[in-house]
Amino acid sequence: MNQQVTPGIGLHKKKGKAQLSSRPWAATLVLVGGLALLVLGLAISVSFGAADIKLSVVWAAVFHFNPDLTDHQIIRELRLPRVLGGAMIGASFAVAGAIMQGMTRNPLADSGLMGINSGAGFALAVCFAFFPNLSFMYLIMYSFLGAGLGAGIVYGVGSMAQGGLTPARLVLAGAAFSALLSALSEGIALYFKIGQDLAFWYAGGVAGIKWFQLKIMFPWVAVAILGAIALSRSITMLSLGDDIAKGLGQRTGLVKLAGALIVLVLAGASVAVVGAVGFIGLIIPHLTRYIVGVDYRWIIPCSAILGSLLAVFADLAARMVNPPAETPLGAIIALIGVPFFLYLARKERREL
Amino acid sequence: MKKNIGSASLNPARTRHGLTVIAVLIVLILIVFMISVNTGHIRLTPLELLRTLFGQGTDKQELILFDFRLPRIVIAVLIGAGLAVSGAVMQGVFRNALADPGILGINAGAGLMVMLLVSFYPTTSAAPVYVLPLVAFVGAGCTAALIYALAYKRHQGISPIRLLLTGVAVAAGMSAAMIVLTLRLDPDKYQFVATWLAGSIWGTSWKFVLSLLPWIVILLPYIIYKARVMNVLHLGEHTATGLGAAVTREQFRLLAAAVGLAAASVAVSGGIGFVGLVGPHLARRLVGPQHQLMLPASALLGSLLVITADMIGRWILQPSEIPTGIVVAVIGAPYFLYLLARTKS
Repeated sequence: MNQQVTPGIGLHKKKGKAQLSSRPWAATLVLVGGLALLVLGLAISVSFGAADIKLSVVWAAVFHFNPDLTDHQIIRELRLPRVLGGAMIGASFAVAGAIMQGMTRNPLADSGLMGINSGAGFALAVCFAFFPNLSFMYLIMYSFLGAGLGAGIVYGVGSMAQGGLTPARLVLAGAAFSALLSALSEGIALYFKIGQDLAFWYAGGVAGIKWFQLKIMFPWVAVAILGAIALSRSITMLSLGDDIAKGLGQRTGLVKLAGALIVLVLAGASVAVVGAVGFIGLIIPHLTRYIVGVDYRWIIPCSAILGSLLAVFADLAARMVNPPAETPLGAIIALIGVPFFLYLARKERREL
Repeated sequence: MKKNIGSASLNPARTRHGLTVIAVLIVLILIVFMISVNTGHIRLTPLELLRTLFGQGTDKQELILFDFRLPRIVIAVLIGAGLAVSGAVMQGVFRNALADPGILGINAGAGLMVMLLVSFYPTTSAAPVYVLPLVAFVGAGCTAALIYALAYKRHQGISPIRLLLTGVAVAAGMSAAMIVLTLRLDPDKYQFVATWLAGSIWGTSWKFVLSLLPWIVILLPYIIYKARVMNVLHLGEHTATGLGAAVTREQFRLLAAAVGLAAASVAVSGGIGFVGLVGPHLARRLVGPQHQLMLPASALLGSLLVITADMIGRWILQPSEIPTGIVVAVIGAPYFLYLLARTKS
């Protein structure tokens, strides 16, 4: 069979010689500037909404909380978790996408690839259909379980094959299993007429994020992102191809397993809370590589910053487009992402 | 795997093997056809089927066979072949094992247009039924043209990677627009659109067969006729150019044909997504990578998959139906995963 998945990322051809390039200065700029912008974005986002609240009040609500003031309540209980949650899922989708694109050397890889989105979606469809009164806490747990199951089966089938786990095989297994799971969820949704509820969840929304969800998610995400940074050197080598990585002394199997676990935690937790906001994982790593070069030690932290920036500003836009109704975050991100992605596709640099 | 792609003559042993596979597939399709005709509220045994086919049946039997079962089965055969060959062409031209009509935004484009029509149409009465395939076809065609235009660069033409990325991006944009529309639809309309998108064959009269047939009858042989060109393209752009192929022009023609096939099929069947991916893969495993054999085998496998799925979908939850697209995925995916796990690279 033909297994030509689009060629590897990260190789510049200069004067006929393959050469790696990375731009630490650009990366530092992204990290510092991005962080500043992120703080600004968070502040704007917290103060903006159905009730406009002054930044000074926001400051007071965060640092000198007074439970008797309605504004403080709104900020503490509604706005802050929403905004922080948005930033967190943005970072985790972006890092998950970056790891997957690096490890599989497939520029189209994102959390849809490993059956994570469809696994979580399937678990949710089952919950909605058979246990309609499940509390949100359990809903998250089940969809996390579904995401893990999806990824586990895809990874398992991919590696069960004789000759080991090739990127093409992983992608194919992911596509096939995702198709199966989405078909099953569609069937369940049609039969029980819960499609629209499911669609709303799946469209991705940060509006409903509560503190308790953040508390569950945050430790996982933090550990996983730190793990990703720790793994980044190995991912850079993997992005050059398995043989090169092995030649450089990498234990590729181990690195892939660790990478897969990190991706599972990041994407699984995010999908469980906001649904499938797929475009962040696809687009942010491309953008990051474009700015900072091919070294994953820079790509991963920069992806995290840029991902949360995108999510925070997209969420802001989602509230401004059609107030007081909410536009799904996933749709807004696609709206921003599509033209940008088209531009990247046209530029067609080697990184793509 | 031995790479003898592009060589002008086929290995005779392989040809014999391929022809055997094709013959077996045809026999299987005939068998499933017989069972499928026999499936449903009123049953027609093989003997009654034969008698009715030759004009000896009762009026009731003729009505059931000619007005209900036969057109639907014929449509299933046609769209199965259309989608599978369309996927085979895309996988060949893009040299990407994951390409299928869905990835070029065909399904998304058709779906978006259908959803627009339904959301602005006052009721879900019978009226849009005849307009829908047309609208879906227009949506699919426009999307493909848009993607091609966006990916086209002067002096460079079309590069497969750029086209693929553009397709993914546009499809994602359309899906996002569809999600926004989804949330605004009232539940009845939503149910209707969801059923359509899940891939239910719902053009069930000869009218739909006639609207589909020209596309299949013209484009399918055209693509099979181009099999040798595809063998050459499959070697990669540079090699193909070196061998004297007009790469950009051939790519354009083949893709246009593939889009025509997929758009016509999706228009009648909704989003049956899996056939274009799995059909060509199975065909390649069964008869090898030579397109002369692989394309007909893909077509037959696609047909077999869709008529089997359609039959099962009608049978399991009688009298209600499961959309064919769902059944296709449920049958196709595990088998595909099994193959993936079992075979060597």
